[in-house]
Amino acid sequence: MSIPLTLLGLLEREASHGYDLKREYDSLFGRGKPLPYGQVYSTLARLARDGKIIAGEAEPGAGPERRRYVITEAGATEFETWLTEAVPPEPHLQTTLFTKVVLALMLGRDAHAYLDTQRLAHLRRMRELTDLRRGGEIVDVLLADHGLFHLEADLRWIEATSGRLDQLAEKVRA
Amino acid sequence: MSALIEARDVTLAFGGNPALRGASLAVDAGDILSIMGPSGSGKSTLLHCLGGILVPDAGEVWLDGRRIDTLDEQRRSALRRDAFGFVFQFGQLVPELTAEENVALPLLLGGTRRAAALTEARSWFGRLGLDGLQRRRSGELSGGQAQRVALARGLVSRPRVLFADEPTGALDSLTGEQVMNLLVDAARAQGTTVVIVTHEPRVAAYADRQVIVRDGQTSPLTVERVGS
Repeated sequence: MSIPLTLLGLLEREASHGYDLKREYDSLFGRGKPLPYGQVYSTLARLARDGKIIAGEAEPGAGPERRRYVITEAGATEFETWLTEAVPPEPHLQTTLFTKVVLALMLGRDAHAYLDTQRLAHLRRMRELTDLRRGGEIVDVLLADHGLFHLEADLRWIEATSGRLDQLAEKVRA
Repeated sequence: MSALIEARDVTLAFGGNPALRGASLAVDAGDILSIMGPSGSGKSTLLHCLGGILVPDAGEVWLDGRRIDTLDEQRRSALRRDAFGFVFQFGQLVPELTAEENVALPLLLGGTRRAAALTEARSWFGRLGLDGLQRRRSGELSGGQAQRVALARGLVSRPRVLFADEPTGALDSLTGEQVMNLLVDAARAQGTTVVIVTHEPRVAAYADRQVIVRDGQTSPLTVERVGS
């Protein structure tokens, strides 16, 4: 998740204060990992330094100093470019999972046991996401779905590998 | 807490081909357990042994402190009718009966009078989003509707244990999700223990615990629900 580009996107909709940006970010994208205030303001400062947003004058008020941030043409262009680009479909050809399986086989360890442990760790996470999903709003549901589908893909790979360990063992021990 | 239902070192072969080779698991009352494993791993066979459909060659099956694998066929049949509910991959509704008669079937077989059985059966239709479908036959129901009717039939007699074998296997993912939500909510509401066999991780993720079966044996590792 690119935090600067996400904040640019929120500012593309309307000028906003740091506090409101953080609140909106947390509600849509935070999911148990709220953005620290320090990170919000340091990111906004960098974006302002790079000419992608402009910080308004400090607004008087009882609380801490408030500034409204406005996106610039350069910021809007950068955001637009990012938004329309495809995210690179990562092939994950050399995952830690694969490496561990190969090394386990090479060293004569129990690769099945490792795969079972991994499978259960994945299932545990899937169950947490399913719980989140069952009680959640649409934002939670879709975010949980994204995680669930990725975990499911890993599990399918674990399943396929589990069924071909003998073949792989022959290859890596040759 | 002692287990409500338990398999101890269960072994079963079909024509010399071992399907189960010392499988063991235990499910506490009110828990939802999923059994996962690849095709041919023995997970459905294990479910059938737990549900009194198959008798193991060796090992033991216990329900609430009572050994059930040694019961004769007549007693096992009564046990299946009175204490267990079943949901299979394809609803397996009786095509000649209406949806409400299908749901009422376990009650009718258990000796409940027809009017009372149908009244109880009808009470499930609203709960499972099936209102208006009471008089349809299975051929007039969508896959998801038929599976919800099958779910109602599995739960209508308030069984101690509901066995579900690939309950969403014939459904698309959204319909499968609806069925799983209903299954879990309904089972929890009436305190029914559930054993689900599935090869789908997303279905297994609804359970409190997962057990993996491979080559007829249960994995010594299981996942427990955090906080359970």
